[in-house]
Amino acid sequence: MIQFERFKIANGLRVIVHRDASTPMVVMNIMYDVGARDEDQERTGFAHLFEHLMFGGSVHIPNYDEPLQMAGGENNAYTTNDLTNYYLHLPAENLETAFWLESDRMLSLAFDEKSLEVQRKVVVEEFKEHYLSKPYGDAWHKMRELAYHVHPYRWMTIGKDISHIEKAQLKDVKEFFSKYYCPVNAVMVLAGNITVEKARELTEKWFGDIPAGTKYERKLPQEPEQKEERRLTVRTNVPLDALYKCWHISERLDKRYYIADLITEILSGGGSSRLYQSLVKEKKLFSNIECHHFGSSDAGLLAIEGKLVKGVSIEDAEAAVEEVLNGLKEKQVEETELQKVKNKTESMIVFEDMSVVNRANSLAYYELLGDAAMMNDELEKYAAITTEEILTESKNIFTKENSNTIWYLAAK
Amino acid sequence: MDRRIAPPITDAVHFDLHLKPYTKLTLKNGINVYAVEAGPEEVMSVEWVFYAGNWYEDRNLVAASTNLLLKNGTSSKTAFQINEHFEYYGSYLNRSCHSETATMTLHCLTKHINELLPVVRELLTDSVFPEEELAIARQNMKQRLKVNLKKSDFVAGRLIDVYLYGENHPYGRYSSDDAIDALTRDELLQFYKKCYLEGQFVMFVAGRLPANLERILNDQFGDLSNKSVTENQFAITPAMENKFRITNDPDGVQGSIRMAMPFVNRHHPDYLPAQVLNTLLGGFFGSRLMANIREDKGFTYGIHSYFQNHMHNVAWMISTEAGKDVCEATIAEVYKEMNLLREEPVDEEELLLVKNYLIGTALGDLDGPFHIIARWKSIILNKLEENYFDRSVDIIKKISPGQIQELAVKYLNPENCYELIVV
Repeated sequence: MIQFERFKIANGLRVIVHRDASTPMVVMNIMYDVGARDEDQERTGFAHLFEHLMFGGSVHIPNYDEPLQMAGGENNAYTTNDLTNYYLHLPAENLETAFWLESDRMLSLAFDEKSLEVQRKVVVEEFKEHYLSKPYGDAWHKMRELAYHVHPYRWMTIGKDISHIEKAQLKDVKEFFSKYYCPVNAVMVLAGNITVEKARELTEKWFGDIPAGTKYERKLPQEPEQKEERRLTVRTNVPLDALYKCWHISERLDKRYYIADLITEILSGGGSSRLYQSLVKEKKLFSNIECHHFGSSDAGLLAIEGKLVKGVSIEDAEAAVEEVLNGLKEKQVEETELQKVKNKTESMIVFEDMSVVNRANSLAYYELLGDAAMMNDELEKYAAITTEEILTESKNIFTKENSNTIWYLAAK
Repeated sequence: MDRRIAPPITDAVHFDLHLKPYTKLTLKNGINVYAVEAGPEEVMSVEWVFYAGNWYEDRNLVAASTNLLLKNGTSSKTAFQINEHFEYYGSYLNRSCHSETATMTLHCLTKHINELLPVVRELLTDSVFPEEELAIARQNMKQRLKVNLKKSDFVAGRLIDVYLYGENHPYGRYSSDDAIDALTRDELLQFYKKCYLEGQFVMFVAGRLPANLERILNDQFGDLSNKSVTENQFAITPAMENKFRITNDPDGVQGSIRMAMPFVNRHHPDYLPAQVLNTLLGGFFGSRLMANIREDKGFTYGIHSYFQNHMHNVAWMISTEAGKDVCEATIAEVYKEMNLLREEPVDEEELLLVKNYLIGTALGDLDGPFHIIARWKSIILNKLEENYFDRSVDIIKKISPGQIQELAVKYLNPENCYELIVV
């Protein structure tokens, strides 16, 4: 059970305080309600590029990192399709430095031309390092485009195309900032060695005079139900044939999301999981095969990806995957198998919550979804799932009409 | 309130920083167990460290394969049954093989420990390495190698180790299809016998521990072997040249750059002070290399320097992936930064920042039982003094710009540096 208190200041900034006096540190986590899904389709990759620019100096403070390091602190940030998160931790004695730095960049950035120019290059190198230089590096770009026709999940956080990043102008940066980076669109979590009183006092002092901004009302086109199976074959310079398959699943707050989560655990994520045991160990068709889902806020995808053993035909490999899925659709899983994945989920949550940084991050995310208290209900939601529900949801998810398949083949 | 003025801070160098002490238990057979009781959650970890790394094998990949297949079958359980058992209790049983040591690590909810330890005992006393499991492992290792060989960073990592140590040294050895094909079940069984059944291990335990810890560990592990394994001797045969340019993928858009210098090991008096110099050079986001090569020039997403630690030898490594056209310029900038550190003393303000950063993050790092035991593990396995942590804190706090410059002159010598670009 994660204890916390919550308050809101006049400009709409939501603050959550989670006290844990066993650590000498404080974590400050600020989550902004903007991700790659909020981008214009002609200017993708912008939310992430912007994250880089948040370190290029703010209106009164030319350098963000140095004063933080001087105070014994460390920070990082990440952008997903759903949100952008900035977090730092530092010794509790120097807490006010965090307030000073973060409030100034919420107030306004320096908007420096040189910083934009450099970070464009840095992000282009990041794009190359993660998506162009690696074999199979573009597979998920292709899968998103196949599976989503309407929803902006059809592009990756890094962006659809390098040219979108290269074309970014300072004007775009300023507009983006004023639209999304304001108190009403942010959640701040303070976790660790801090009291609510101190948090309130320092929040009022440093964040109190920042203009509220306009609440961003998200109106994204939701992906219509997929009615026909979609397939794509890619032939390129990779050493092994690979199979990628995806199915649409429910949004984050739907009960069926939790069922899909347990289904991925039954299929993958351990040496006794079904896909691994059947296809790697018994039939020896794949050298590795994994199942995961995107964990996105809007309706996401459940994915299976695997590399084929040399000499196995992609048709046979795919048929064998379907057979494992049919097993889930035709027969209820045993109670012990369901209990196994529930136990795994319980321990995953407990281990994750050991770190104050993770706890702060989760509180911010659930608050953005609607209520930080949901963090404490997760285990119950998993515990309540029955073998019938696994059966029903497997039948719902794993249909031909709902499927997207990529054969990613080694060029002959 | 003037937002241009920073709030006052307490310099982290003034913090009192200590490593929570361990409790040492000795089992009936003389095996040492180091335990740290800490943490908010009812979880724990147990690690068994054997002297069963590459250093002890007679042929390439035998140590790693033995370690990998430890949980793939005993005389009464299949690999599936073993995995199912640990997964049913939501626990994680991992293995890893290093240059000198090979380990098995269990993470679990404390309430399940009694169901899990007997099966770990079974793996450590009765693994049978089924022929079929080895066949699958061989095939999958070869497939994985094929994919990895397409990645410039993987290729660069292998080559730089060969330049430093030679390919017959355990630190420079790398896998190949031939070495994988040559693995036999008999070799694995022999190695298992030599290093596990008749070898020696050390245990590390951390988290919320059961009250009867000593008894349950004695019940399961108090009768296992405790004999030290004879150490092989190896000669280092470094490369004669020091500049290498390799084309791995003619269409590649980035180069993987590795620059490496032989360095002293953890027992040398320069090792700890040089950590401060390393941080300054490329050990954190605010380092000279990051500030110049990423934040000023935009040549790369990231550039880092670090000590590549082994028990006997250590290399000082600089690593980055940079645009193909700017690889040579990147290397030139690295030398420029090395020379700057040799020629000019760092100013007090920058050094204070590095010190505060190191102490502040060490404070954060000591958060939780698993981090604390990891620090002790390194100290104990490397046979360092008990006050090693305190001494490292003390050195960070006291080191001067003059000492930093002396270390730079001594160790950051471009002439001793292997440089490699793999595109």
